[in-house]
Amino acid sequence: MTAPLPDRHPEGHDRPDRPPRPAPGRLAFFLAYLQIGLSGFGGANAWARRVLVEERGWLSEQEYAEYLGLAQILPGPNALNCAVMVGDRFHGAAGAALALLGILGGPLVPLLGIAGLYARYGSEPLVVGALDGLAAAAAGMTIGTALKIATRLRPSLALAAVGACAFAAVGLLRLPLLAVVLALAPLGILAAWAAPQRGPGR
Amino acid sequence: MTGGTLALLVQLALTFAPLSLVAIGGAIAVLPEIRRQVVEVRGWVAADAFMDLFALAQAAPGPNMMVVSLIGWQVAGLAGLAVATLAMVGPPALLALALGRLRARFAGLAWVRVTQAGLIPIALGLNLASGVVLAQAAHQGAVTLALALGTTLFVWLTRWSPLWALAAGAIAGMAAA
Repeated sequence: MTAPLPDRHPEGHDRPDRPPRPAPGRLAFFLAYLQIGLSGFGGANAWARRVLVEERGWLSEQEYAEYLGLAQILPGPNALNCAVMVGDRFHGAAGAALALLGILGGPLVPLLGIAGLYARYGSEPLVVGALDGLAAAAAGMTIGTALKIATRLRPSLALAAVGACAFAAVGLLRLPLLAVVLALAPLGILAAWAAPQRGPGR
Repeated sequence: MTGGTLALLVQLALTFAPLSLVAIGGAIAVLPEIRRQVVEVRGWVAADAFMDLFALAQAAPGPNMMVVSLIGWQVAGLAGLAVATLAMVGPPALLALALGRLRARFAGLAWVRVTQAGLIPIALGLNLASGVVLAQAAHQGAVTLALALGTTLFVWLTRWSPLWALAAGAIAGMAAA
């Protein structure tokens, strides 16, 4: 799930004791993002941090948190936005393309296999039943994940109200998404500004 | 490639690219809108098939946005997959490229953190809305309703991998078929 988990980095703790990290070559970098894409279940962001910061040591904790923070103020999947920025840092626009190719290309192979099976067996009664059950569970997973992050964040009353409005406007009233986002984004930012002591990560 | 296919691919790109720019927190946030466009407005994908693709994408490894790739594939095969994926990824990626290059100027600034904190509840609200809309669009029956509720509670309140609940959903659905 690429839902926006807050970055929980210790503020400004770049480890000065570490040796300078060599920038990765293109192939090593691509393979790292291939691994991140294929491990994606449970949040590609968590895996990206683990691979880039802990395993390879190409980025410091602080640098990764900065990229993720910027990725979260942009539209689109956070993990992909982050991949673009990290790729660009090491190998320019080509690096950004390599990161995207890795994080999307890896999972594409199993996904195409699944799509092929679906095209072939999708109308078998047992498969239809399994997919009905899976879809209901997947919808529940989407709801449960959002609730889990929301309860963990313990937002201020104003921020919670903004979130509730977004839910009600799109989920219950079925208002147009663009209008809802444009109307609520300034309110959310205002609410966050008014409650700076309860920013991301608590 | 026939003119009809090309026109379809262009329409696909024009449907997804604008949505990519309001996908706060990721593609799941815009999934109800995508569903409205491809199922109700354009009639490209049957309602049942849309839910099947959502289910398969959630159960497969990879970023959540790949449900969009599957929808593109359903609409226009491999070319559709490529176009839908690029349309969903491209516009935000260009923004990310630009913002990333200004990182030194922006990172750590108070307004970035405030903006981030202010958008997170919106992303969560939209994801919650997507879950509810998709649950309503799923097959309606006592078993599927129980599965949606059960998975919600399982994912919300336990630390177990959601894959267990998805597997249970598929098995229960098969048993009920």
